[in-house]
Amino acid sequence: MKKWGSLALTLTLGAGLVLSGCGGGNNASSNNGAATSSPASTATAGASTQDTLVVGRGGDSASLDPAIITDGESLKIDHQVFDSLLEYKPGTSEVQPSLADSWEVSTDSLTYTFKLHPGVKFHDGTDFNAEAVVFNFQRWSDPKSEYKFEGDSFDYYDSMFGPDGSRVIKDVKAVDDLTVQFTLNQPQAPFLQNLAMTSFGIASPTAIKEKKENFKNEPVGTGPFVFKEWKHNDSITLEKNASYWKEGLPKLNKVIVRSIPDNSARFNALQNGEIDLMEDLSPDDLSTLEGNSELQKIERPPFNVAYLGFNFKKKPFDNVKVRQALNYAVNKQAIIDAFFAGQAQPAVNPMPPSLWGYNDQVKDYEYDLDKAKQLLAEAGYPNGLPDTVTLYAMPVSRPYMPDGKKVAEAIQADWEKIGVKTVIESPEWATYLDDTKAGEKDDIYMLGWTGDNGDPDNFIYTLLDKDSIPGNNRNFYVNEDLHKILVAAQKETDQNKRADLYKQAQVIIKEDAPWIPLVHTTPLLAAKANLKGFVPSPTGTEYYSEVYFE
Amino acid sequence: MSSYLLKRVMVLIPVLIGMTIIVFSIIHAIPGDPAETILGQKATEQSKQALREQLGLDKPWISQYFDYMGDLLKGDLGTSIRTKTPIAKEIMPYLAATLELTAAAMLFATFVGVNAGILSAWKQNSWFDYTAMIIALIGVSMPIFWLGLMEQLVFALKLHWLPSIGRMNQRDPVESITNLYVIDSILAGRWDQLWTVIKHLILPSIALGTIPMAIIARMTRSSMLEVMNSDYIRTAKAKGLSQFLVVYKHALKNSLIPVLTVVGLQTGALLGGAVLTETIFAWPGVGRYIFEAISSRDYPVIQSGILIIAFIFVIINLLVDLLYATIDPRIQYK
Repeated sequence: MKKWGSLALTLTLGAGLVLSGCGGGNNASSNNGAATSSPASTATAGASTQDTLVVGRGGDSASLDPAIITDGESLKIDHQVFDSLLEYKPGTSEVQPSLADSWEVSTDSLTYTFKLHPGVKFHDGTDFNAEAVVFNFQRWSDPKSEYKFEGDSFDYYDSMFGPDGSRVIKDVKAVDDLTVQFTLNQPQAPFLQNLAMTSFGIASPTAIKEKKENFKNEPVGTGPFVFKEWKHNDSITLEKNASYWKEGLPKLNKVIVRSIPDNSARFNALQNGEIDLMEDLSPDDLSTLEGNSELQKIERPPFNVAYLGFNFKKKPFDNVKVRQALNYAVNKQAIIDAFFAGQAQPAVNPMPPSLWGYNDQVKDYEYDLDKAKQLLAEAGYPNGLPDTVTLYAMPVSRPYMPDGKKVAEAIQADWEKIGVKTVIESPEWATYLDDTKAGEKDDIYMLGWTGDNGDPDNFIYTLLDKDSIPGNNRNFYVNEDLHKILVAAQKETDQNKRADLYKQAQVIIKEDAPWIPLVHTTPLLAAKANLKGFVPSPTGTEYYSEVYFE
Repeated sequence: MSSYLLKRVMVLIPVLIGMTIIVFSIIHAIPGDPAETILGQKATEQSKQALREQLGLDKPWISQYFDYMGDLLKGDLGTSIRTKTPIAKEIMPYLAATLELTAAAMLFATFVGVNAGILSAWKQNSWFDYTAMIIALIGVSMPIFWLGLMEQLVFALKLHWLPSIGRMNQRDPVESITNLYVIDSILAGRWDQLWTVIKHLILPSIALGTIPMAIIARMTRSSMLEVMNSDYIRTAKAKGLSQFLVVYKHALKNSLIPVLTVVGLQTGALLGGAVLTETIFAWPGVGRYIFEAISSRDYPVIQSGILIIAFIFVIINLLVDLLYATIDPRIQYK
């Protein structure tokens, strides 16, 4: 026993010697080894023979059934595996045909008839047809559906087409094999816009029936890529759909999407050739990227807003003069120069300028400390605010706000100059969302939003209407006039009239100043210089089907 | 000895139950609504409420605790709220990844640490001793995050010797059988892949192993010094044995007991505490699994994850205790 013990120890130490010997001694010669294995299958594959794309992103998917998820990371994968009836034109939020070739709308805007693309097959070989569309919509709308599995909820369906009891879609029926008809309970202006969302990707009914709960781990759609393997928190592998219905696509043979949580590590992996495309480049790394001729910068169109929200439950932030005063005391351009490497523009309205209905007549509160002091005095605070203000700054990095705490500190310094003392608090993310939703602890909070579907409703109504309390209206801001306009805009089907309504809404919001809109950022991606055909989408989900290597 | 083993295993039960009570009370005391964090900012209030009811989160936590324990006794570790997958099924690959990393890190830490400690004690007050102990001091206080990024910068980006992230080359993936890729590539007879997998292990295991390495080095050194001053070593020296034999044959074994304790404790600590290393090196291990569960308030995963780690921790401690006797027969079990 004694001998065996010492032997075991010796062996352990010996194995350690061998292992660290490999690590240390062979390093010089392993130079070539590394080149043939990981970093540079790119280099050897080089000229146009590379057909595998490796993407690096910050987080993993939660689930692969597009109907039950709301997080962007999950949508990105589903976007490759599923097609919806309609889709967004790459790089825009404009709707174009996808599985539906064409459609007709009745004059009362209550009936939509879609002609489906013929000859499309799901990845499992079954036919895509009108019945499949009906099956999917029934699954999402029927709370008692036997294909709604334990723990599932169809949030985007509820949120876009109304929750059970106030559904927008009354009925979906198959007229013939390739014609499907939607009947609505009431007109919905962004109806087509909504149908194009990844969440409403059409899944194979056969696969759902067979796989049941497991469908969320083994998705089957009609998309350009077929799901192959999911190693949780590590990688998701997709393979080319050889019989994809869109001619000549996809151009790649394989896509591997890796989760690399740390921004710097992800950038290191890109520089080392272990990945070909990375999301969420930190603005700090921009100069390194621009100095490297083997890499390229990709800019996603700004489609977000970062803002500070005033908590109307707290005094004196229910006073419009105080809110306007603080608006005047934020130097947005200085913040952009310091913390966004210039990759952002000052925000004036609660929605980005690229979105239709944006009101460019609205003037921002310019950086003017005298004006701010004057307004504070008018509000009854000639010497600044008597109490220290609790400013909630985001503890996590988001595309619209890479470093919330630093930005908060800059604002804190500005406000100090007009006699407003702030204390910055940054609790952990889940607590942060809870606290701001309850509105008991924070006076002013920082948050942001990325658009889902290219409709102003998705910004203004979602974030500032009284219906969104409790929820995304963490201001507790209620303005009946605004509410009337926003509800009217939801029911209006003429886009020009809707645009006018949203323009009016922006004027009211500017005057009431429930927010300090801070910035619209241009989120950055980085890729190998020879990667082509990647069109960044404003909503953050791109097709990899057009991507190829030169 | 078998009665001792039985006694030790029996003691495990109250320890693990206590563990569940502590973990359960702590995570339910953290503010933050799982429904909100899981479904995200964009979900409707209605579906959040539905999720809360479905998960029993609206019940008092005492009754939630008994529900959980009831399931546990039936061998059900629960279902992740976020991914909606059974934890028992989901956690295995994560555990395997962490196990592989921890084993490599401890091999590195033990080998370098023990040898550095021995040499330092042997050449006490020499330049080697001073340098080694200064390095050990720096090692203990080294932020893993910084060390990891520096390693990537030097060995991956500048020198291109080693890959910077992950467990294998994704373009030529290893078929997973056991999820321990070193073993999987041996089983498949793919020596090129084995080499790639080992290369992926080097940087993270150095990052993870540096702190235990430093602790082990200091422990070995002081323990060796104590033994080297004892009578039997003086006797051995007087008999004219070579320095090497004195140190490695006679002194080492007796100084190993405290070192072994440290190795055991550190292994346990690494198992659960590898979050930072796993984050920087995109290592899909159990630390990150639990960390992400905490950020999304995925209660069942936090509970069962910590429980499993605690279980492994006590098992390692048990093994260390058993190993004592093989090193020093004077230690007896009752």
